[in-house]
Amino acid sequence: MIDKKFTALAGVNPPQPEKGILLDAPLANPSPGSISKFLEWFGDLGIFFWRVARATVTPPFEFRELFRQLDEIGSQSLPLVALAGAATGVVLSLEARYSLTRFGAKSLLPAAIVFSVIHETGPIITGLVVSGRVGAGIGAELASMKVTEQIDAVEASAVNPYKLLAVPRILACILMLPLLTLAADLCGLVMGWVAQALVEPLSFHQFINSGFKGADFNDFLPPTFKTAVFGLIIGLIACFQGMRTQGGAAGVGRAATSSVVLSSLFVILADVVLVKLILIFFP
Amino acid sequence: MDTIDQIAAQPEDAEKDSSVPAVAVEDLHKSFGTQRVLNGISLTVKRGETLAVLGRSGTGKSVLLRLIIGLQNPDSGSVRIHGQDIAGLALDDLGEIRKKMGFLFQHAALYDSLTVEENVAFPLQHHKQEMSKSEQADRVGKLLEEVGMEGALQKMPSDISGGMQKRVGLARALALEPDILLLDEPTAGLDPISSGEIDDLILKLQAEHHMASVVVTHDLHSAKAIADRLALLNEGKVVIEGSFEELQNSDIEFVREFLKHS
Ligand SMILES: Nc1ncnc2c1ncn2[C@@H]1O[C@H](COP(=O)(O)OP(=O)(O)OP(=O)(O)O)[C@@H](O)[C@H]1O
Ligand SMILES: [Mg+2]
Repeated sequence: MIDKKFTALAGVNPPQPEKGILLDAPLANPSPGSISKFLEWFGDLGIFFWRVARATVTPPFEFRELFRQLDEIGSQSLPLVALAGAATGVVLSLEARYSLTRFGAKSLLPAAIVFSVIHETGPIITGLVVSGRVGAGIGAELASMKVTEQIDAVEASAVNPYKLLAVPRILACILMLPLLTLAADLCGLVMGWVAQALVEPLSFHQFINSGFKGADFNDFLPPTFKTAVFGLIIGLIACFQGMRTQGGAAGVGRAATSSVVLSSLFVILADVVLVKLILIFFP
Repeated sequence: MDTIDQIAAQPEDAEKDSSVPAVAVEDLHKSFGTQRVLNGISLTVKRGETLAVLGRSGTGKSVLLRLIIGLQNPDSGSVRIHGQDIAGLALDDLGEIRKKMGFLFQHAALYDSLTVEENVAFPLQHHKQEMSKSEQADRVGKLLEEVGMEGALQKMPSDISGGMQKRVGLARALALEPDILLLDEPTAGLDPISSGEIDDLILKLQAEHHMASVVVTHDLHSAKAIADRLALLNEGKVVIEGSFEELQNSDIEFVREFLKHS
């Protein structure tokens, strides 16, 4: 801390962070030239997206790979997502009880819990947990295939690596995220109810009935399905960072880290936009 | 009705027409940043011919092979496969050409999530759907037998030695019965006996399938055994190209130096 101030006062450039994790994440490392680097990164991502999109719609389709990835991504993330959802349910429940009691609106408790879980905490928690688990997994796996020339070997065998490797992973993320969100929602609601029921008796049936009073599908479907966009972001960024990796084992570590950092960041940014859009289109 | 000229212009005929080289690279240049690796390389390989590429470590032999199969793009110059320029081809069109090429990577590049058997079956599963599962398994068995790896079908690549990986990689490169074979140091890391067996296999394939092969090697003994011609690279250029005897009789300083130490 003092060192930093000192060098800044003395007009000495503080040591630049090593070109490591942030190499591929110029966003997080603002310095001269990082804007053009960021634009270049974004342009490359766009080209990657285009190739993947084309590979998605042209046969042959790698169904076996897709099922394998669905299974892998689902089973990797389910326990974490369930736990995170449950914990959030408890925390929400305790916090809401405290504040609503203070404002004398205790009767709104179930509704407050149900709405915040389903509208926001379930989807975003799922998005972030999957970014961490699956983003790192895909990033590291593809990166290690890249640096050991396995992706080149796929290409040399006249198989499209976008089709074989990227498309199944991205599709699996897109399909899995809404399902995992449902799991997180369910765990959140059950644990939210448990936390209430421990304080004062209330059946799950009553809790759900009063929680969903006045709610319709518009409260439920758009926030759940927006997580498909999170899935797209996670899958796309992790595959992109993985498949462009360079520089041996160190590169693999960087790819895993930058996949997580960038996909979580873009999930949160996308959420801002999606929440606004949902409010406009599903008032 | 096709006229004779039109028929002759079709690529399938170019493959059989031995006057069109299977592989022709012309004036290839490739740099990485400021480092010039290839600086004007021209080589041709006809069907049924084996060219050995020699050169010191780091001269760009592997890069040359990667350029030939289009894994990297040259800065300038052209690569023609059966007369067709591969520059600017879409991935799918390039794929059609690559199906006729077998590539052995320097470090084998086996798929580490697949068993030895699955590695060799990979090209068949993707390009020979007309073959039944048991036909594919038969073919995989035969290929692995030819490289002396029939005992390791269910092993994972991480559980076999580097030399064994190399041999599995060779079996994988041969799976689609390619008519062009690009091998990056097929016998590096092998004992003299296995190495001799691989040489014999390459010679046999060349005789039976009339393949065109480019073989990068450090092993002069094996180069002499398998190659019709040898090309020695240095500082991004072909220093000399010719038969083993021509190399031996050369009075170019670098050639003499190179042969003296091997
Ligand atoms: N992707 C790349 N990025 C930067 N430099 C590279 C890349 N690929 C190869 N090079 C450089 O090109 C040069 C030639 O590499 P190459 O692997 O072709 O050598 P080689 O002749 O196959 O050597 P060896 O006999 O040791 O395998 C090396 O100096 C290497 O550093
Ligand atoms: Mg090499």
